[in-house]
Amino acid sequence: MSIPKSAGPNNTAQGEAIKAIPLRHPWRNVIAVVLVLLLALFVVDAAQRPDYGWPEVGKYIFDKRISQAAWVTLSLTVYSMIGAITLGLLIAIMRLSPNPVLNGVAWLYLWIFRGTPVYVQLVFWGIVALIYPVFTIGIPFMDPWITFDNTIFTNLFVTAIIGLALNEAAYMSEIVRAGLLSVDEGQEEAATALAMSWTQTMRFVVVPQAMKIIIPPTGNEVISMLKTTSLVAAIPLSIDLYGVSRGISAVTFTPVPLLIVASLWYLLFTSVLMVGQYFIEKRFSRGSGRRAESSTPDPTPPEIPSPGALPGTVPAPLGNEPGGKG
Amino acid sequence: MTEEPMVRADRVSKSFGSNMVLRSISLEVQRGEVLCMVGPSGSGKSTFLRCINHLEKIDAGRLFVEGELVGYRQKGEKLLELKPKEASLQRRDIGMVFQRFNLFPHMTALENISQAPMRVKGLPKAKAVARAMELMERVGLGDKADHYPAHLSGGQQQRVAIARALAMDPKLMLFDEPTSALDPELVGEVLDVMKGLARSGMTMIVVTHEMGFAREVADSLVFMDGGVIVESGDPREMLANPKEARTQSFLSKVL
Ligand SMILES: Nc1ncnc2c1ncn2[C@@H]1O[C@H](COP(=O)(O)OP(=O)(O)OP(=O)(O)O)[C@@H](O)[C@H]1O
Ligand SMILES: [Mg+2]
Repeated sequence: MSIPKSAGPNNTAQGEAIKAIPLRHPWRNVIAVVLVLLLALFVVDAAQRPDYGWPEVGKYIFDKRISQAAWVTLSLTVYSMIGAITLGLLIAIMRLSPNPVLNGVAWLYLWIFRGTPVYVQLVFWGIVALIYPVFTIGIPFMDPWITFDNTIFTNLFVTAIIGLALNEAAYMSEIVRAGLLSVDEGQEEAATALAMSWTQTMRFVVVPQAMKIIIPPTGNEVISMLKTTSLVAAIPLSIDLYGVSRGISAVTFTPVPLLIVASLWYLLFTSVLMVGQYFIEKRFSRGSGRRAESSTPDPTPPEIPSPGALPGTVPAPLGNEPGGKG
Repeated sequence: MTEEPMVRADRVSKSFGSNMVLRSISLEVQRGEVLCMVGPSGSGKSTFLRCINHLEKIDAGRLFVEGELVGYRQKGEKLLELKPKEASLQRRDIGMVFQRFNLFPHMTALENISQAPMRVKGLPKAKAVARAMELMERVGLGDKADHYPAHLSGGQQQRVAIARALAMDPKLMLFDEPTSALDPELVGEVLDVMKGLARSGMTMIVVTHEMGFAREVADSLVFMDGGVIVESGDPREMLANPKEARTQSFLSKVL
């Protein structure tokens, strides 16, 4: 048996370099050119139409009322997402618990809040203060011990946060649950065998690994929430970005420019969120593959084991993603 | 004998639903002894190991580690289930190594090893890291401390897993087919670490199909099939002349 000399691992004589003509994609270019032309046509046309009211757009984009409303929208998003993630985590853990009572309660919650439209829920929370004007503590059907006014649901900003958070928690819980389920069972077992408690196992071993699965869809949920806040009109709360821009246009009779103003602010926020999401995702993919590493000095290439020998590192299958928003 | 054995199983049984996986298992492991367990797939070897550190509950019989009932407390006639905290206290002294390593992929090798001593024993970080480094040297991976598991070969991962278990200073080590997921050329390095451990006097229960290891290192050998101990005894003698027909047919397949 003879081995060609050039087949040795350390040979310096290279084979002939490949100088091929790359595959051409003529149709791609044609379609791209057509699309660019159409877009240019639309922009030029839109710039000339008076209905778009570009001078008004310029006038209102940095209007004090608009920027304050943008701040309200951002606050609604942040507070309701904090509420939703906290409650969602709780419901996810309840759903995974072996206790049938907790499990049943979590299931019921999901059934109701995912099964009805968020708009309807917000309308409902808006009239809760009328249905329950006072809260009482005491034995049912007897004289109450303590009575206090329902001040929570008369504050429409708080009502909006509660309404949005309760709805979103149902979706977040499914995302968290999929994340927790994606972590290999062996991880929990190894941590338990090391005498770590259940809480420690969750906090230091399971949840950090689940984060990788949880964060991308959560980023989507934040972006989606930013836009869902426009539905607080159902409560009715009208101090958010959409509410205020509608309020202004009702007076000035210039709906289109104010819609553009609101959209530009929404676009700004979602763009910032997308950048943030990128960095957070990078942070939580530590140790998840050969490519993801840049912080670790790794001068020598690792000995490559057979694929089957690395079970702990195979990306776990994604659990069922919840469907679109209700 | 005056001293309590490290592990004493007294007619231990365990079922999963209607599937009886362990049927009245009795055995003893003395301090410093290395016991190897062999048997066909599904014979209950893993389940038995998991019972020893109470990852599974047993249904019948009694299981003692260092004379202490595993997972329960005897109060007069009654058995009381241990609280999670008490069960975890028992697990501290038992290290376990898994077939699939189960390293924490989001931590470096060093963090994998120092994690439990810090979280469970409350060791200060500097001390835990120093000790982890020492253990990395001991398993021959001193230069790989900052590597994530994904950057290590199977053999290296399993050695880190052994170091991780040793970091809790266990009195007993359980190995569940530690080399079965490895490429043949990587098996040796893991077995070498285990041999060193055995020589240092560690009490070990090893489920393995490496008959060479059993012959060389084990003080006793147990052959399990269908949830019962079919045959047990001196490994060299048993491997050379198995008495039971089932042992003979199993050994003829793996040797
Ligand atoms: N958590 C569980 N639930 C239900 N059945 C189980 C569970 N764990 C193990 N079993 C069953 O118990 C039996 C013994 O399993 P065990 O893992 O102890 O066997 P083993 O001897 O370790 O086999 P192997 O060599 O394949 O690892 C098998 O029939 C298995 O299906
Ligand atoms: Mg097994």
